[in-house]
Amino acid sequence: MKKRICAITAAASCMLLALFSGCAGKKEAAGEVVVYNWGEYIDPDTIDLFEKETGIKVVYDEFETNETMYPKVEAGATVYDVICPSDYMINKMIKNGLLQEIDREKIPNSKNIGQQYYDNATEFDPGNRYAIPYCWGTVGILYNKTMVDDPVDSWDILWNEKYADSILMQDSVRDAFMVALKRNGHSMNTLDLDELTEAKNDLLAQKPLVQAYVVDQVRDKMIGNEASIGVIYSGEAIYTQRENPDLEYVIPKEGTNVWIDCWVIPKNAKNVENAEKFIDFMCRGDIALKNFEYITYSTPNEAARELLDDEEIKNSEIAFPDLSKYQDLETYVYLGDDGDELYNELWKEIKSR
Amino acid sequence: MRRTKALKKMLGLPYYLWSLFFILIPLGMVFYYGLTDRSGSLTFENIAAIVQAEHAKALFYALFLALIATAICLLLAYPLALILNTMRISTHSFTILIFILPMWMNFLLRTIAWQTLLEKTGVINGILSFLHLPPIHVINTPHAIILGMVYNFLPFMVLPIYNSISKIDRSIVNAAEDLGANGPQILLRIYLPLSVPGIISGITMVFIPALTTFVISKLLGGSKILLIGNVIEEEFTLTSNWNLGSGLSIVLMLFIIFNMILSAIFDKEGESNYL
Repeated sequence: MKKRICAITAAASCMLLALFSGCAGKKEAAGEVVVYNWGEYIDPDTIDLFEKETGIKVVYDEFETNETMYPKVEAGATVYDVICPSDYMINKMIKNGLLQEIDREKIPNSKNIGQQYYDNATEFDPGNRYAIPYCWGTVGILYNKTMVDDPVDSWDILWNEKYADSILMQDSVRDAFMVALKRNGHSMNTLDLDELTEAKNDLLAQKPLVQAYVVDQVRDKMIGNEASIGVIYSGEAIYTQRENPDLEYVIPKEGTNVWIDCWVIPKNAKNVENAEKFIDFMCRGDIALKNFEYITYSTPNEAARELLDDEEIKNSEIAFPDLSKYQDLETYVYLGDDGDELYNELWKEIKSR
Repeated sequence: MRRTKALKKMLGLPYYLWSLFFILIPLGMVFYYGLTDRSGSLTFENIAAIVQAEHAKALFYALFLALIATAICLLLAYPLALILNTMRISTHSFTILIFILPMWMNFLLRTIAWQTLLEKTGVINGILSFLHLPPIHVINTPHAIILGMVYNFLPFMVLPIYNSISKIDRSIVNAAEDLGANGPQILLRIYLPLSVPGIISGITMVFIPALTTFVISKLLGGSKILLIGNVIEEEFTLTSNWNLGSGLSIVLMLFIIFNMILSAIFDKEGESNYL
């Protein structure tokens, strides 16, 4: 009896010790990794699998836009180990010294990512030193075939009064301005005040026709037939089509934004080794496939695409578009603090009108 | 004697610490950010920014919508409080429970629920079209925002008013009736003046959250209507200009403080402590 009490006290004090030291036993060997990713941007099963295989505990946090992510990382209130920002934001983080270089030797599965995606990434990450591509895609128009009877091949449709109160715009500065700038044949990275003022006036003229400015809700509203036309990321398009076969996705002829979201490791990361393990795991063919099937955003992972059974998806124009067919595709570039401020000022004018 | 005094002070310690870390320091940070620019030097630009067309418009629009919502809440809440007062104890506690019950659910969920109800293809329009009635277009308009404010904040108006009405001595009303006062006279000359503290604290408790809200305008207004709360929120979350966000918050605080002074003058008995 006495022995048992001894054992219990020993166990209890061990647990207490573990609690206070925070790194006893198994935890010491594996530790944790703090991940900061877009909302609904991963198959939760893959996180469980990662925890099971490596014993590393994943602390998972989500953001809705690049702009909400940046100040949190900059302020450093929460220290993240792995983040998944988009191209122009990675550019900004590199320029402001928030990221550390990634040693690709330590992430052997990073060779699964197609070379063309690394080439594209050099636009915002020269020399591929900081970022490993995770997902990519285009921005386009999603429309409901039963509700729209005009041909949809141009951004102009978003200014068509016939569809007043049935148009959904993205509630994000860069995406909204991209639409207006591209429609007029300008670059989406322009800092030319005349071009931007023209875009602003166009967006102001469009506002009465817009049902709502939303981000993630475009998906649900289009599936529920709440709106007939919406600006959406290509990855959402496949999902929405599965739920509502009347929907169709189009890349407008004036060109659009091609974006790449990448894994990066911030400079102040505490668990760099675990971060590398996490990225490596996410680059594994079978895991990337699981994620692709769950979130339906195009994967740059060649190994995953090879594993795809469904020929229809494997050759889908939405999931894997042949980009050489389209003109005037661009990637966002960081515009500098002054450039950001200019865009934000103009956007505020539109929103407050 | 001295020891008990020291002990009493000690008991207050958690409260002092709480106020320090969660009220005073954050407030100090708001003032620090609001009165400095990005490089950290003193400036009043962030506060003066309120006169910029977009900010001033957002502020006045927020004031306007909050006023309407408060007025509607008052008109709905006062008769309700009177009805509650005439009920028997058992039924009135049940009615109050029904009122408080939705507040146990998350505020965001309730607002999102309204979104689903009001949408073009939403529940309400579904029922209307089933009855062959014309659909309503409320979602993404100022009407939807006011509706959301009234729905969410109505209990904050009802309870303080009910609280102050229930304290009115029944014999005063009886005396008035004996002396020949009719219904409207009793309402205007007895109930209304004696329930002013409750009305004022109700107004404060509805007006302040309505003025500062950004969630309701975002979810029910489709982000098409920018209120001052939205402007401040976006300065923090999107444009990461904390200085401007704090500066505008200080301006908003002035309105709130003004409102609270008003309520402190009238509400000496602390009706708003009901909740």
